Amino acid sequence: MANLVTHIGTKATAFLLELAAVTRLLVSTVALVFTAPPKWRHISAQMFSMGVLSLPVVLVTGAFMGMVVAAQSYYLLHKMTMEVAIGPLVSLSMANELGPVITAVILAGRVGASMAAELGTMKVTEQIDALRAMATSPTRYLVVPRFISAIFMVPLLTAFGIFIGIAGGALVAIALKGVNAAYFMQYMYYYTEASDLRTGLVKSAVFGGIIVIVACHRGFAAEGGAEGVGKAATRTMVISCIVILIVDFFLDMLLLY
Amino acid sequence: MIDVEDLTKSFNGNLVLDNLCLHVGDGETIVVIGRSGCGKSVLLKHIVGLLRPDSGRVVVRGQDITQLSERRLDEVRRHFGVVFQGAALFDSLTVAENVAFGLIQHSRMKRNEIDQKVAYCLDLVGMNGAQDKMPAELSGGMKKRVALARAIAFDPTIILYDEPTTGLDPIMADAINELIVCLGKKLSVTSIAVTHDMKSAYKIADRIAMLHNGKIIAVGTPDEIENSPNPVVQQFIQGKAEGPIPQCADAERGKAKP
Repeated sequence: MANLVTHIGTKATAFLLELAAVTRLLVSTVALVFTAPPKWRHISAQMFSMGVLSLPVVLVTGAFMGMVVAAQSYYLLHKMTMEVAIGPLVSLSMANELGPVITAVILAGRVGASMAAELGTMKVTEQIDALRAMATSPTRYLVVPRFISAIFMVPLLTAFGIFIGIAGGALVAIALKGVNAAYFMQYMYYYTEASDLRTGLVKSAVFGGIIVIVACHRGFAAEGGAEGVGKAATRTMVISCIVILIVDFFLDMLLLY
Repeated sequence: MIDVEDLTKSFNGNLVLDNLCLHVGDGETIVVIGRSGCGKSVLLKHIVGLLRPDSGRVVVRGQDITQLSERRLDEVRRHFGVVFQGAALFDSLTVAENVAFGLIQHSRMKRNEIDQKVAYCLDLVGMNGAQDKMPAELSGGMKKRVALARAIAFDPTIILYDEPTTGLDPIMADAINELIVCLGKKLSVTSIAVTHDMKSAYKIADRIAMLHNGKIIAVGTPDEIENSPNPVVQQFIQGKAEGPIPQCADAERGKAKP
């Protein structure tokens, strides 16, 4: 029993210390965004690798997510002869929830894990120490450009994901299931408001920040060579996904009601 | 120039540096020798402020750097050039960008002035012409040379070398030693090198200090160290398995890595 309490205490302390370290990194990153913004070429390079190179995977997953939602909702709504509701259902779920969350989860894997691996490799090969020894803040040089880039690129990618998801849903509903195209579009326009899209994009910007901060924190904390780098990448993926879903719930509570 | 006073540092309960004291004079080249894992790199990282001690002081140019904020430390670090054990070149940058890094970040030099300075530094280490290569295209010795060029590019007054010849073949190791001696003379810098390579230590040192069990147990000129009566020093410099130094120091004391 005493061992169990000690174990729980140790884990809780480790969790709180990690949370404090992540918060410190977030605060110093946000402060540096305004006090010592990085050079544009550093931001644009991150925007390219984070945004342009992630576009294909976001489009594919977004399209199939919209198609799945349309197919699933048709299965139920057809029984209730309410097929026309598929339009708003697909658009609202993609704009509010699935677009931001699925895009963020995909990016946590594609961008976050590779970012953690890159920074983790820099850590274990003493490149981070070299930066500090050359009087350069690793947070300013490595984290801030990625953070700024994510704040802009993740919402942009999410917008693409939402658009292609709705298109995929429309394709399934109209072309495959024979839902009337005019009704589909009319109901979608009627029930979907600009604020729904705004909610999704605000959430996605927050998710982008979470991915970068978690990835950079895990990368900086990597130790022990290749194994440590692998762990940093895996933990980034797992922690980012959990945090994204938790934050998503609270943002929903905050933004939707 | 540099005074290390009663420096103590432990990692996870393993005492690595134990009230260590060391003085490094202006323009001097001092080599810290000791077994792998004895805390040589840890000492070096304290001197440049990359690690904070549990207790003790590191005084650089009259300033106790253990009490400085990271921002103030950066001002002190601009006087340093550091050559890391594995070179620590930035993978994503070319050789020229690596060497120019400090200049781009901290100087107001124009692009062509930076290019000239990069060419000069690479020339000093015999690597001029490799500006556009990536670190992955370089051999171990070439990486060390570029790391040296990067370390001297910002005109440091103190250069720290962490195992400068480790992992190099004997000829390349000697070439790097020559370079260190040559740069010390040309640039009139204070140098601190840590190594367990005695050949390198004898070649580059004005003074040699031996680190053992977290303390400096002997300091002297290469001749004095070579003739030291201390059995620990003698065992180490002669590379004997039998003697007062346990064969499995890392396992006994915990490997001295942060």
